[in-house]
Amino acid sequence: MDLSLIDINWQVITPQIILAVFGFVLLLLEAFLPKDKKGILPHLAWIGIALSFFFSVNLFGSGFSGFNGMALADNFALFFSFIFLISSFLVVLLSISFLKREEQVRGDYYALLLFATLGMMLMASSFDLIVIFLGLEIVSVSLYILSGFRKKDPKSNEASMKFFLMGSFATSFLIFGIALIYGNFGTTNLEKILFLAPFSGVFAGASEFLLYAGIGFLIVGFGFKIASVPFHMWMPDVFEGAPTPIAGFISAGPKAAGFAALLRIFLLAFSSIKPDWTLIFWILAVLSMTTGNLLALWQTNLKRLLAYSSIAHGGYILIAFVSGSNSAISGVLFYLSAYILMNLGAFAVIISMGSKEKEGTDLYKEYAGAGLKNPFLGVFMAIFMLSLAGFPPTAGFFAKFYIFSSAIKSGYLGLVIIAVINSLISVYYYLRVIVYMFMRPSAEEVKPVSIPFSLGLVILLTGIGILALGILPQELLNLAYNSIF
Amino acid sequence: MIEYVWLIPLLPLIGFVINGILGRRLGKTLVSLIGCGTIGVSFLISVKILFELLSLPAEHRIIERVVFPWIYSGLFKVNVSFLLDPLSCVMILVVSGVGFFIHVYSIGYMGEDKGFARFFSFMNLFVFFMLTLVLSNNFLLLYLGWEGVGLCSYLLIGFWYEKKSASDAAKKAFIVNRIGDFGFALGIMLIFWTFGTLNYSDVFLQAPSILTLGGGLATAITLLLFAGAVGKSAQIPLYVWLPDAMEGPTPVSALIHAATMVTAGVYMVARCHVLFQLAPFTMGLVAVIGAVTALYTASIGMVQNDIKRVLAYSTISQLGYMFLGCGVGAFASGIFHLMTHAFFKALLFLGAGCVMHALSGELNMQKMGELKNKLPVTFWTMFAAVLAISGIPLFSGFFSKDEILWKAFSQGNLILWIIGLVTAGMTAFYMFRLFFLTFFGKSRVDESIKSHIHESPKIMIVPLMVLAVLSVIGGYIGVPKSLGGGNNFESFLSPVFGEKGEIALHPASTEYLLMALSVVVALLGIFFAYRFYIKSPDLPKSLAQRFSFPYKLLLNKYYVDELYFKIVVNPLLKFATFLWQFFDVKVIDGIANGLANTVNWFAGIGRKVQTGYVRNYALGMVFGVLLILAYFILR
Repeated sequence: MDLSLIDINWQVITPQIILAVFGFVLLLLEAFLPKDKKGILPHLAWIGIALSFFFSVNLFGSGFSGFNGMALADNFALFFSFIFLISSFLVVLLSISFLKREEQVRGDYYALLLFATLGMMLMASSFDLIVIFLGLEIVSVSLYILSGFRKKDPKSNEASMKFFLMGSFATSFLIFGIALIYGNFGTTNLEKILFLAPFSGVFAGASEFLLYAGIGFLIVGFGFKIASVPFHMWMPDVFEGAPTPIAGFISAGPKAAGFAALLRIFLLAFSSIKPDWTLIFWILAVLSMTTGNLLALWQTNLKRLLAYSSIAHGGYILIAFVSGSNSAISGVLFYLSAYILMNLGAFAVIISMGSKEKEGTDLYKEYAGAGLKNPFLGVFMAIFMLSLAGFPPTAGFFAKFYIFSSAIKSGYLGLVIIAVINSLISVYYYLRVIVYMFMRPSAEEVKPVSIPFSLGLVILLTGIGILALGILPQELLNLAYNSIF
Repeated sequence: MIEYVWLIPLLPLIGFVINGILGRRLGKTLVSLIGCGTIGVSFLISVKILFELLSLPAEHRIIERVVFPWIYSGLFKVNVSFLLDPLSCVMILVVSGVGFFIHVYSIGYMGEDKGFARFFSFMNLFVFFMLTLVLSNNFLLLYLGWEGVGLCSYLLIGFWYEKKSASDAAKKAFIVNRIGDFGFALGIMLIFWTFGTLNYSDVFLQAPSILTLGGGLATAITLLLFAGAVGKSAQIPLYVWLPDAMEGPTPVSALIHAATMVTAGVYMVARCHVLFQLAPFTMGLVAVIGAVTALYTASIGMVQNDIKRVLAYSTISQLGYMFLGCGVGAFASGIFHLMTHAFFKALLFLGAGCVMHALSGELNMQKMGELKNKLPVTFWTMFAAVLAISGIPLFSGFFSKDEILWKAFSQGNLILWIIGLVTAGMTAFYMFRLFFLTFFGKSRVDESIKSHIHESPKIMIVPLMVLAVLSVIGGYIGVPKSLGGGNNFESFLSPVFGEKGEIALHPASTEYLLMALSVVVALLGIFFAYRFYIKSPDLPKSLAQRFSFPYKLLLNKYYVDELYFKIVVNPLLKFATFLWQFFDVKVIDGIANGLANTVNWFAGIGRKVQTGYVRNYALGMVFGVLLILAYFILR
């Protein structure tokens, strides 16, 4: 191959490079910094994220690509970069006081966070299945380690182990799927597949079934990442055992990254054969919503509850794949932006309410009467829960509204009816948290908790963001609409 | 500065956010600085904008500014955007100006209250919503402000929520307002249904072609809108909340009665004058309700003993005047009276607040008297306000009230004019009654309080003086042509309401005659007040005994509250109890519980799959894979 033809364009991957550099610096510092100086590590992490964000903003609208389409800086990729970077930024803030509480202030934690973010950005910003896979693996491996970060806690170990085993299992399907697709088209480039997909089976030795098997395996691989039923079972266990900020992280960034890849693969590369796979997504959506919501009803642990709620929300987002219109795609972008805010906000409240001794229980019964003693936490938790349940004037309402209305426009009324019934069910368990916080007398004396600055900041930022998006959704929706590939 | 019109509502909102979140930590000085400062700057911007508007030629004085797109959904497009024209300019000046002085006054009045920061944050929010209401260029944003002031009135009337009467009054205000708002919301929906847009300019432009003069649709829309105005501006039959609203701190009353809230209804009717003029029936109703309310509440005000209650009924009565003005087509006069009324009514309330302050919270006028020398500033400033509201020549109220009466007369509404005239006399009577009982005669103050009667601190008195000056001179911008003025106010508003050539049906001599007549009536009212309450203070009592039935009727406010309770509240409560105990508990809860049990049963089955064993999880995945493959094979 003539190497000079490869259009290497470093500018396209500056945000990723920054994250990588900061990640390595953090690793080095972890090794060489004296223990009492380690307080600066998280600040280094968020500075790296902020820098990367800055460069991403600069790239917005440029539409650059490089490395023969392996790296992209189209608006779609950058919109997702914003989602990843914002959620990682918030997670860093969540982690500061959490790690202090755990007496585990360590650089490798933040380095892994940055690497995971880098992986997610790779997943969203490439036309190449191999690069997407590479990104996914970077994310996964980082997360396996991070979920087991509380090394002395058996639950954390269990979470990490289960995550790793199930993750590897799912990855094997994914890589097999990519192989089958390569076998079919002779390329892993999504743009080329877009042109070739209608002519599948016309090549020598290629069979239509193998292509569809490949597509099916891709759905399995990414279905695991976005925790859609029946590939979801790892999620509650991992949420329960992983350090709380990491649980929040998993529910936000990696999930969004999975959706980014799925959007590009299915609504771009395989859009021409959409009728062939629509039904599968229809079923996955219904299964995810229904299972997630029904099982959430039974949960007594708030983190497990949020895991099932996350599965259910994944189901709502999958509706957009069924309708597949442009407004559905922008709806997904809006939904994910809203979702990271409300979910990370809720996790911030959970971290504020927890303590080292109680780590890992997080029963919502412990929240009885807490809203009155801690009005700040109570009010914002109510906002997060109402947003998750989809009440106006919160972001969660418009998120659901845009996706549901796009599905109705595409003629999937039945699916929307199921979704609406589901969100009705979900109201029960979201409101229960509020009821416990404000209307139940506490069993024992609830003391007002002191909220560290960084946590309070996250709660405030996410809460304001949710209300702002709920009152003035138009700006973000326009941005999302301009970010469709 | 016109570019920065969005700052005007934004600043009080910022004040609300800062004081609301950090208020308790900031200390009183900072809280009051932020609370007053934000509105003060808004006021300064408004003044600057007024001058910039004046420097433009009259036909360019209508300016619309889109701040940002708000909701775009299919055909339904609404922006957050502001309309700056002479009408909204007058309103922002009144709201931010009078609001500012009330805020300053509150620093002193609320100084000892533990809810200081909460008070200021709510006051700021109140002003924010009111400014949004008057600046909006579409009905939805108007509605947001409309509901917002309703909410704030609830929060502020019930500010001392530990007091049951206060929280009851707050609820009453909110619920009665909701009745009107319901109609208002329907009206807005009907407008959207008819015009397909909520923008003022589009609606008003299309109105003459879509609606027919006196047609059913025009009447329906305006009647529904007017229902909202009746609730918000406390007209018959929804006026009952306003007298009870006295339970809030006095500056709140001043804010509600003068600058915000109750003027919203008048403003809205004036703003929608294009629609109202297409519905003569509604216009007639507006005028009649205004006039009757004016007379009716003035009669109640004549016998009340609670100083703030007298002022409350006088507000309702004056609002009646404004609606009378609007109803006879004199929108500019209605707004003119709104403005002068804002000055002297704010002043009267703040003055009453000073009296209460001096007398340890005493409200009963029968326990006041002889305060003239002890509260000199309060006395003189309130004197100006009382003269203004009574319509004594050269004071602001004279010009605006007379304008309305003259318009009513020249439109040929003789009966409405007579009602207005009689009301003017009654107004003069009860205002001077209040004035005499408070400041003259023998002191009837409790002995325990008597020793430490004192004038209020400077921070409360200076706003009084400023408002007193405005009450005196505020009318001169609208001196009618017949008195040698240019009626500048009306011509300033003419880009909004249109130029109306003087109808020369009646010669100028008639106008002079009417003016003289209303002055005579006012003087008559003052004379009676003097006769009753200074000359022979025992006369009222013997009169009350001799005419005990009408006296009791008036004292008990025509028993309307009791009547409402009998025919509306109690049956409603009974019906609600029935719904609750039968329909809700048995039917709805039964269905809901049944559904919940079913859902739970399914969830219980699903839960069993989540065993916690990795092998089962993997099995689940394999199951999924097989299903997908089977689908592709069997498809």
